Amino acid sequence: SDLLWSRVNKTSLKLAERSISVEFSGGAELLFGNVKKHRIRLPARETAWNLGSLLIWLRDNLLRERPELFVQGETVRPGILVLINDTDWELLGQTQYELADEDTIVFISTLHGG
Amino acid sequence: NLTLLSVGEGITGYRDDSLETVKRNEVQYGLPLRIVSYKELYGWTMDEIVREVGRKNNCTFCGVFRRQALDRGAALEKVDRIVTGHNADDIAETVVMNILRGDVARLQRCTAVTTSGGETIPRSKPFKYTYEKEIVMYAYFKKLDYFSTECIYSPNAYRGHARAFLKDLESIRSTSIIDIIHSGDSLAFRKNVKFPTLGTCSQCGYISSQTLCKACVLLQGLNKGLPRLAVGKTNTSK
Repeated sequence: SDLLWSRVNKTSLKLAERSISVEFSGGAELLFGNVKKHRIRLPARETAWNLGSLLIWLRDNLLRERPELFVQGETVRPGILVLINDTDWELLGQTQYELADEDTIVFISTLHGG
Repeated sequence: NLTLLSVGEGITGYRDDSLETVKRNEVQYGLPLRIVSYKELYGWTMDEIVREVGRKNNCTFCGVFRRQALDRGAALEKVDRIVTGHNADDIAETVVMNILRGDVARLQRCTAVTTSGGETIPRSKPFKYTYEKEIVMYAYFKKLDYFSTECIYSPNAYRGHARAFLKDLESIRSTSIIDIIHSGDSLAFRKNVKFPTLGTCSQCGYISSQTLCKACVLLQGLNKGLPRLAVGKTNTSK
């Protein structure tokens, strides 16, 4: 355990990068270049990646147009469903959920007319 | 016995794609499919109508025409009942819209699970209490083949504003949608409030509270080159 402690002291305070899959459907894909499935590598950073910080990252790096149709304040626009590994994000803490490697996040829009 | 009934409004990039989906559903579910089109019923596609009328109030034409088209298609199929997929979100939006427009006649009817009038085939909305979210989740997990692209004329639609308002309300109070439906169900009207009486259209025989049904009035306008006739705020019922 002394060995472990010295290892921890030497490692950077930065948390590991994350490799995840992100999918869009129900019309949400139109905001992301009409591409439904994306593989994303999130860079290492000091605070853990959670769904909230992912949303900001998506808005700033992957979204092609009209951010107000995807993000509202700190969360998704109401009417967009979010699944984390096929589970409703409302059961997993919504924007507070901390991402793990190989997570699959799905955004399904229900905000289409007709 | 179930039959699929789909209405082709003639909207390029929207209905043509969704009709392809319904044709696949016909095979997937083994249910017979009938498609009726605005072109064959009225002589106009929605694309042609929008070219005449412009980009506002398109849903007025489409909604009026579609309602009749469904009834006519159902009559051709000789069914006993029409069942639509309206969900809780849809019905709550309709209540909000009717309140904002002061449409007392519609407010009285719009949350009913089954509606019927005169000679028309009764209609039911079995998903009245089912949230759109539940339906979308169900379709996702069951990998159901469905179409979800937005109608190209809908971004200007009034309902979009009602929907955005409703979803924002729901984020503050999660029971908003069910509460609004309950309010719609509970609405009572004073005895001295006048409601239109239901008769039939003198031109086409369809159910109507006026001498001419709305579809005939709209068509008259289109065919005479008066596309604004009977559309918009200045023409509330007399």
